[in-house]
Amino acid sequence: MIRVQAENFDVGAEINALSNGNTAIGGICSFVGLVRDFQHTKDDATRVSAMTLEHYPGMTEKKLQEIEEIARNRWPLEDVLIIHRYGRMEPGENIVLVVTASAHRKAAFEACEFLMDYLKTKAPFWKLEEDEKGEGSWVDAREADDAAAQKWDPSAGS
Amino acid sequence: MKILYFAWLRTTIGCAEEEITLPDDVVTVADVLDLLREKGGAYAAALGEDKVIRIAVNQDYANMDDPVKQGDEFAIFPPVTGG
Repeated sequence: MIRVQAENFDVGAEINALSNGNTAIGGICSFVGLVRDFQHTKDDATRVSAMTLEHYPGMTEKKLQEIEEIARNRWPLEDVLIIHRYGRMEPGENIVLVVTASAHRKAAFEACEFLMDYLKTKAPFWKLEEDEKGEGSWVDAREADDAAAQKWDPSAGS
Repeated sequence: MKILYFAWLRTTIGCAEEEITLPDDVVTVADVLDLLREKGGAYAAALGEDKVIRIAVNQDYANMDDPVKQGDEFAIFPPVTGG
């Protein structure tokens, strides 16, 4: 299941809701992405006071559903949950949650990492960071993220 | 055709969405971008050859030589930075 929402989410409640009643699940893996208070492209003196996530309504949901489908076809998963927020957030707040549940841990670990790597390069979200003066700057895409997504491509030999 | 702009493309061009009529000889993604660049000003700057942009047609990623038609939803945006 995927959800795109402005509201924050409760990680524990989401995981409990997903596992509740499904006793075929033997392991759950989760990743939570948070708003950092510094810019990784600039020196430490530049603090991030807030971040605004813009997205492409419609395409976002479509891409997240496609990514979930790819993971379900590739690993034996009992359940998948992807929640991604949009709008303005402050340091420490949740941005994204990926939860994968499987009978065994390997599928849950791998699928969780795959989903994060894929959504970072395919889901249409853009981060605008605000510094202490309230000035905004768009975050640049990182080549390391493309490389991370690429490693899951079967033709790349992994 | 509905054109959508996101992130710095939206702020540079100064609009989130506009409707354009495709001339008969505009049949690919690259043709649409050429048509927009011809408007000059902020369009030419935002869509310059030195800029890294992504295109989606009807909410799927598209390449420069992919076909387009009048009823399509055409989105222009920077490489994504979510997660």
